Amino acid sequence: MLCALAAIPILIAVAVRLSSAVPAGRGPAFLDRITQNGLFVGVTAMVVSVPLFLPLTVGVVAGDTIAGEAGQGTLRYLLVAPAGRIRLLLVKYAGAAVFVVVGPLVVALTGAGIGAALFRVGPVTLLSGDTIGTGEAMVRLLLIAAYLAVSLLGLSAIGLFISTLTDVPVGAMAATVVLSVVAQVLDALPQLEWLHPWLFSHYWLDFGDLLRQPVSWDSFAANVLLQGGYIAVFGALAYGRFITKDVLS
Amino acid sequence: MTRGLTKRFGHQLAVDGVDLAVPKGAVFGFLGPNGSGKTTTIRLLLGLAAASSGSMRVLGEEMPRKLSDVLPRVGALVEGPAFYPFLSGAANLRRIDAADPYASAGTRRARVQSALERVGLTHAADKLVRAYSLGMKQRLGIANALLAPRELLVLDEPTNGLDPQGTREVRSLVRSLSADGATVFVSSHLLAEVEQICTHAAIMSAGRLVAQGTLAELRQAGQARIRVLTPDPGPAAQVLARLGLTATLNPDGATGGTSAGAHAGTDAVLFAPLPAAPSTVPRETAGAAKTGEQQAAAPGAAAPEAVVAALVAAGVRVRGFATEQVSLEDRFVALTGEGFDVVQ
Repeated sequence: MLCALAAIPILIAVAVRLSSAVPAGRGPAFLDRITQNGLFVGVTAMVVSVPLFLPLTVGVVAGDTIAGEAGQGTLRYLLVAPAGRIRLLLVKYAGAAVFVVVGPLVVALTGAGIGAALFRVGPVTLLSGDTIGTGEAMVRLLLIAAYLAVSLLGLSAIGLFISTLTDVPVGAMAATVVLSVVAQVLDALPQLEWLHPWLFSHYWLDFGDLLRQPVSWDSFAANVLLQGGYIAVFGALAYGRFITKDVLS
Repeated sequence: MTRGLTKRFGHQLAVDGVDLAVPKGAVFGFLGPNGSGKTTTIRLLLGLAAASSGSMRVLGEEMPRKLSDVLPRVGALVEGPAFYPFLSGAANLRRIDAADPYASAGTRRARVQSALERVGLTHAADKLVRAYSLGMKQRLGIANALLAPRELLVLDEPTNGLDPQGTREVRSLVRSLSADGATVFVSSHLLAEVEQICTHAAIMSAGRLVAQGTLAELRQAGQARIRVLTPDPGPAAQVLARLGLTATLNPDGATGGTSAGAHAGTDAVLFAPLPAAPSTVPRETAGAAKTGEQQAAAPGAAAPEAVVAALVAAGVRVRGFATEQVSLEDRFVALTGEGFDVVQ
């Protein structure tokens, strides 16, 4: 799955390289900047993968956590070992969290790498108009990856909870991914504006603030708070469900 | 071990008020037809599922409250082996062992090695489980139960899918574990297997425990019967009736079968149950010596040797006579019912 994630920036970079210049303002955000600065491959790839591709992989990993073990029958042996239900749940969530951190990082670093290989790399002009050096730009790129990681932690907590509900891993994966899509659709409906700040996907695309000088941390902080709330709620639900679950698979 | 243990799934009682007592150090056979609640009981005992009511103690500890203290002392094979197909056998065992916080990581490699050796999988240790046969997976499952020294082993259908060598090895393994002082709890529907290795047994049927005790007790609870091979079934039945025995002619519809060629087909086989002996004192040592557990029936006339004498005196041509102890299988069928349908 990490390979699939890495393929996104590579695809973007190769496509842009082979095609003629992209007209400014068309295509995904930052796409037109790639030919001027290879580092933007990473940024563009993250923008492209946030709505579906990253949630998809996170849904697969988080949905598989408990349901995958149950479906395979190994859950009962882990529990008899005894792994301890709380401990197992924590370890499984930690595993999903590691993937959530590594996923965006892979996209960002592969993007920067392939961008550096195919295009020139130089000082980056930020959204606020300031220009920063390449080193500072790499730091910003990693910051965006960290922002996405935080953004997806809530979704992986939801996936963990759904995973404790079933013995069929594919069902848990699909449900998690569908939820992430539904949340984004709801987020796009202006009639539901009162709901928007509560949707776990609300801040997903707000990492543009990290491309300003000075960095605006408002959306980062709000995002951390929101995702923390999701982790607390769905972590508690997963705990409540799993601790009393009859393991019959 | 358990008291009034009940598990309800919706409106279906899977385990209904089971009082199970497994003596320490015993090899305990847990019998029952498919769907009688054996595995569910085991799941309850191991804390995989919560009981609807009732209480249980495992290794003297209240369950499931002391679950984390008890489970490291228990090795289990529950409802068939389950492993990650993309890992090797040894890697699978190491992973499960790592899940046990009490298992020392330092000795892990050695313990995995010796467990694999005990089930004869040393050569396949580094093969992917995907490439294992059913029997090899079963062996790996047993190896998993043996990763650490255990006080109680719960083996659910341990010989499933094993070849005859494997079955024999499992039997000797169970004996050696028992000799080391471990209590072994074997669930099975293979009666011959239970008869060979177990000291105690319990029989489940439709979620209820219908019998339990030592093997000898279980067998004794059933009646012994006599089997008479004779060409004169009519007079023989009369004689038996006079002795207070109810004879059944050829209950299986079989012919005399084994008698000499000329008489084949003309002999009838009579069966008559011997009344259960209220007194346990063997009357005739000669008669009792043969089966060891044979006891003379209460009305003196019904002793096996007296029956033969009476038959011969009445001019019945007795070509064969035997007393048969009820096998565990007969007992099992008597308790759980005939027929192939799963009891609901």
